[in-house]
Amino acid sequence: MSNKLAVKWGIIIAILLGSLYLIYPNYKWYSKPLSERETLDTLGERPKRMLNLGLDLRGGSSLLLELEVAKLSGKEPLNEAMARAIEIIRNRIDQYGVAETSITKQGDKWILVQLPGVSNPQRAEELIGKTAMLEFRIVKNDTTEAQKAFEKLETMEKPFDENGNLVPEVAKLVPAGSQILRNKDGGYSLVTDKATVTGADLENARVVMMSDNGYPAVSFTFNAEGAKKFGQLTGANLNRQLAIVLDNTIQSAPVVQSRITKEGQITGSFTPEEARALAIVLKAGALPAPVKVIEKKTIGPTLGEDSIKSGLSASALALVLILLFMMIYYKAAGFIADIALLLNFVLTVAIMSYFSATLTLPGIAGMILSLAMAIDANVLIIERMREEKRAGRPVYEIINLGYDKAWSAIFDSNITTIIVGACLLQFGTGPVKGFAVTLIIGLLVSLFTAVFVTRAIYELILTSNTKEISL
Amino acid sequence: MMNLFPKTHIDFLKYRKVYFSLFAAVLVAGVICFFTKGFNMGIDFTGGTMVQVQFNAPVEMSQVREALSATGANSELQSYGNNAFSISEKSTEQEVGVVQARIEKALDALNVPYTVQQTNSVGPAVGESMTERALWAILLSLVFIIIYVAFRFSNILWGISGVVALFHDLWVMALAFSITGREIDLVVVAAFLTVAGFSINDTIVIFDRMRENIRLHPKMDAAELINTSINETLSRTVITTVTVLFALFVLYFLGGEVINSFAFAMLIGCISGVYSTIALTTPLVYTWTHGQLVADDTNRPATQHNVETFVNEQNRKNNKRNRRNRR
Repeated sequence: MSNKLAVKWGIIIAILLGSLYLIYPNYKWYSKPLSERETLDTLGERPKRMLNLGLDLRGGSSLLLELEVAKLSGKEPLNEAMARAIEIIRNRIDQYGVAETSITKQGDKWILVQLPGVSNPQRAEELIGKTAMLEFRIVKNDTTEAQKAFEKLETMEKPFDENGNLVPEVAKLVPAGSQILRNKDGGYSLVTDKATVTGADLENARVVMMSDNGYPAVSFTFNAEGAKKFGQLTGANLNRQLAIVLDNTIQSAPVVQSRITKEGQITGSFTPEEARALAIVLKAGALPAPVKVIEKKTIGPTLGEDSIKSGLSASALALVLILLFMMIYYKAAGFIADIALLLNFVLTVAIMSYFSATLTLPGIAGMILSLAMAIDANVLIIERMREEKRAGRPVYEIINLGYDKAWSAIFDSNITTIIVGACLLQFGTGPVKGFAVTLIIGLLVSLFTAVFVTRAIYELILTSNTKEISL
Repeated sequence: MMNLFPKTHIDFLKYRKVYFSLFAAVLVAGVICFFTKGFNMGIDFTGGTMVQVQFNAPVEMSQVREALSATGANSELQSYGNNAFSISEKSTEQEVGVVQARIEKALDALNVPYTVQQTNSVGPAVGESMTERALWAILLSLVFIIIYVAFRFSNILWGISGVVALFHDLWVMALAFSITGREIDLVVVAAFLTVAGFSINDTIVIFDRMRENIRLHPKMDAAELINTSINETLSRTVITTVTVLFALFVLYFLGGEVINSFAFAMLIGCISGVYSTIALTTPLVYTWTHGQLVADDTNRPATQHNVETFVNEQNRKNNKRNRRNRR
């Protein structure tokens, strides 16, 4: 064996071993029973570098959220607001305890939340949907202007427009420096329009049971800055009502008995579930603007399993048929092409595992295209070799010329398809992207396996003075 | 050597008027079909709601239909056998989830326990953006293909011909989906993209052979050169296509419902792809270049002298390799 050939085989064997090493965690993980995988998932002991299955293959739900840009406070640039919103949503979902959640930005103002294994995302939706804008304001119901405004409100059917603003007839009755808000239990209150203390001043929030009636409530503590501000606010407004406002609704309005600095409580007839959700969102912080769900997909676990089973078995059968056909039609050369094809599959899965890529149905389609092109590369080479064989050339010339002449076609067709893949990657959303990623990986791999590896095999065969190769 | 294809000498270009008429017919049929019948676009693109349920006891389709009609909404019902149904409703409802709740309420009235297997609610804004982005991606890829092919084969007309064939394949697939009324969802879009990649691959292989033949036989007449190139690559074209069709037939019949429409699209596209390469790309190159395959005579890469250099180059390389192999 010449030195150059030895180096070639060294590279091939190293890559093969590396791939098997990368694939092994997948095998180990997916051969465990589902229940054990779930336990490990929640413990966060899932191996990092592993091929993940998309929601269409394993079941779960995805929510596409839109940040209501119109309601952003003008100062914050959209990019920063989005980054903050994603961070806050991630904090909230983490508390909810779903393994492997993915939260990603899509386009300018969309956020995609994927929850594998959750087939009813209602609770997650409630958790995400809350803006969680907590404010403390002083109630000013006892003025004559306030009473006038309330009288007018009682005659109205819809005092608020779609954006939550008061309709003009009522708005003009509201005195300057104050604002009308809904009470949680019905009715309205007039409160100051500026809040000096907000949810941003909180340090912690947790659920407590009230001693008098056993209802759950949320207790919170302020950070140092918040405690100072809250002390000033309560100190200046003794014996007046303090409105605890959450997302523009007054939760409760207790009378300030004394100056409070450290902690407080939000009461209201919460269910335990509501109280827990409120504590979570308060701790995670407020969203820069409300979000709304604009797309929701759920896929039950059985459906995912069914589609993966029938899809996998059909793909396996198709692959076996192709391998057999190549071996029958092209004999030894076909067998060598088959080895390259299997290696192509192994390498693609290994690379996807390394990047923790997610495999979806369109992703499998991309893989099929790249495998088809890998076969085509070998068909091109073998057909060229046959032409040279017909011309009566000796075996080493057949092989060399076969590769040399087929190379330009293989190179150009792969590059063109990679160009298509790159455009899809750039412009495509979710599923189209999944297709493009596996396609590009598969094509790059096929240039290696279908050309470099098969040629190394032929060259190895030639070292034993072979006079003929069946093809 | 097992060989299905003895050396062929088919004159492919002879029938180019037939191909072009057929192409025109496909275009016209497409326009008519797209306007009268339209497409059954999935809710991924139109916006709307789909709910797939599995009843735990036997339920007739008519019962489900009746229960749904009580809601007054215009919903589509599809049976998956085994008491499984998919209900979809295309709507421009801004609020996601409202329709789903309404459908589930209607089904509750049947008093048969069921489980919701799959739901999909898409707001109209999402659908619009999805369509827009997919179209941009396709458009951009076409432009880049033209540029790359023009650069590699030193003639922009080759690139444009390849893209026309690509366009033809996408058009034929769209036509097939319009006629059969099959739903176009994201998986089908992936199939369209796959076919695009495959079709251009076929084209490149024949272009490559033409490029080589121009170098080897600079005096050869354009029509003969194109025919020779197609004939020489015919064996490869058929084998590759048959191999892929093999796989697709298996996926079509055994792959399950999601893969089924993917395989259907691919089958149509692959057959169309092979046809268009032979019957559109090369005849177009021939017609547009007026038998002058290389853009400019002065830039003609292969004179007799060049051919000799090419052959010498090959011999030199081979000798070197032979020496090495013998070692």
